[in-house]
Amino acid sequence: MNMTTTPAPPVSMIDPAVLPTGNGATLEARTVAAWFAEHQILDDISLAMPANSVTAIIGPSGCGKSTFLRVLNRMHELVPKSSLAGEVLLDGADVYGIGVRPAETRRHIGMVFQKPNPFPTMTIRENVLSGLKLAGIKNEGSNDDLVERCLDQAGLWREVKDRLGSAGGALSGGQQQRLCIARALAVSPRVLLMDEPCSALDPTSTLRIEETIRDIVGSVTIVIVTHNMQQAARVSDYTAFFLGDEGRPGTVVEFGPTSELFTAPNDPRTEDYINGRFG
Amino acid sequence: MLVAVTTLPDGVAAPVRRRIVASPTRADRAFQALVIGAAWSVLAILGLIFLFLFMEAWPALHQAGWSFLVRFQWFPDLTPPVFGVAALLVGTLVIALVALAIALPVAVGSALYVNEYAPRWLARPLVTMIDLLAAIPSLIYGMWGLYWLSPRLNGTSRWLTDHLGFIPIFHTSRRVFGSSMFVCGIVVALMILPIIASVTREVFAQVPRTTCEGALALGGTRWGMVRRVILPFGRSGMVGAAMLGLGRALGETIAVALILSINFQITPHILEPGGGSVAAHIANQFPEAGLAGRKALVAAGLVLFVVTLIVNMVARVVVNRSRSSRGLVD
Ligand SMILES: Nc1ncnc2c1ncn2[C@@H]1O[C@H](COP(=O)(O)OP(=O)(O)OP(=O)(O)O)[C@@H](O)[C@H]1O
Ligand SMILES: [Mg+2]
Repeated sequence: MNMTTTPAPPVSMIDPAVLPTGNGATLEARTVAAWFAEHQILDDISLAMPANSVTAIIGPSGCGKSTFLRVLNRMHELVPKSSLAGEVLLDGADVYGIGVRPAETRRHIGMVFQKPNPFPTMTIRENVLSGLKLAGIKNEGSNDDLVERCLDQAGLWREVKDRLGSAGGALSGGQQQRLCIARALAVSPRVLLMDEPCSALDPTSTLRIEETIRDIVGSVTIVIVTHNMQQAARVSDYTAFFLGDEGRPGTVVEFGPTSELFTAPNDPRTEDYINGRFG
Repeated sequence: MLVAVTTLPDGVAAPVRRRIVASPTRADRAFQALVIGAAWSVLAILGLIFLFLFMEAWPALHQAGWSFLVRFQWFPDLTPPVFGVAALLVGTLVIALVALAIALPVAVGSALYVNEYAPRWLARPLVTMIDLLAAIPSLIYGMWGLYWLSPRLNGTSRWLTDHLGFIPIFHTSRRVFGSSMFVCGIVVALMILPIIASVTREVFAQVPRTTCEGALALGGTRWGMVRRVILPFGRSGMVGAAMLGLGRALGETIAVALILSINFQITPHILEPGGGSVAAHIANQFPEAGLAGRKALVAAGLVLFVVTLIVNMVARVVVNRSRSSRGLVD
């Protein structure tokens, strides 16, 4: 690992006054391995994702990037017969520790899925507030403010402010994905995991979401899986390259500041991958 | 070309639409005839039943007029005859509603348990067992209800009337229980449980997995996910399932005929012996009825048929709508 520099203070493009008070947390995976039944998917993954930074995870299809994200916020265990090894530390505390509730962990480590999945039976406003209801959290301030703040952070406020009462499913794909980001932000997560959040979106929506990522990284640590090298280069501070050969579980080949990994990779396989020579 | 051509220039003939003819093979044609015949014969049978009921019932209906729907005595052989289905119809509805009130929560609970909570090795056998309830003959339910369940429910009935007697349906004037609409309702609930459970299970299973995961990923508990995502999603499906169950419950005959002692009174007190049921009454009376009596009973059957048909049709519409509307959400 060639991680030496600390991340530069992130540049927030929106008024700091509207940022939530909560800050991002560091997230660290230690010797993580994961299985589906007897099939090992990940092996010996150790990554430290610094607070308030964007870490991109790249790698060929099927090498276990999604599985890794789902290990981080305890979604992996929802799959029957799945198992794992290692530790995941959120600000130093193991999220798999005894007595830690998975729901609690997931609240602190939010997730945006590859395919937008707003709740179809809820309005836009209800979608944003759904996390509070689902987790049974009391909102200290006013719900209106929270809805506006989260939609604004997700870059959706101006487009939907006049139709907060219409169905969440009635938005375009890009808008739905930003709604899902707003929804995830509403519970003030410390970390936000994004699994190819732009893969179903057009270039404009993609750029919009990348902007959003840069906007919110001041208040939340972001881990993003992407197949788009330009996107990884544009949006992330650190990049991890995952690789798993046929029959061999995925591991981290290289992890470091994005600028170094893309310009001067240490491992020839990394260079091959980012130059599109395989995967 | 950027400009859409809407008019053809002179001298150019407008395109003639071709008829596309695909001549089916002989086997195709034979099979088609067969399935068309099968489909229409079902409709024809339905129509014939309706016609039969209507023609048989007509003299009685004509004689009684609208009073048929509001009277509650049943003396079709008197001169002049006095008969009506009011008490029977109300009793039928009361039994069906009691059954529904018991079966719906149990069915929804079992559907949620099987879909969301049960370990896989248990889920399948559980579904099979619930479905098996539908395979038990009605007569068995009736005998079991009469000889086994009814006496054992006396304690429950007593407790209900002692503690909740201020609610009219649990009120009893004499402290005699059994052979009541309450017992019938419980037995019928068991009979309609499988259909409601399987429809709600299917509806709940249609909630996309990613939507459920979205709820969990927000820090939702399993109960939060069920309450905020799955139940709202399945609401119209549950309504439809309930109405399908209601349709079944309305027509339930033998079990009710065995258990209930029909007394031609409209009473809200479901714990007391007595009450009414159109289907059970017909089953009880038909063998001994005279000519006029039979016509009157057929007329009662016709009323039941119409009510059940309406409930079932509404149920189908609701279930289908909840199915197809899910297709639009994505
Ligand atoms: N629920 C599951 N049960 C069994 N195997 C699974 C399951 N989900 C994923 N896998 C397997 O785990 C491996 C890693 O899958 P994963 O989805 O993590 O890959 P990925 O790196 O995210 O790929 P992609 O870039 O295509 O999204 C794959 O070989 C896949 O077949
Ligand atoms: Mg993936």
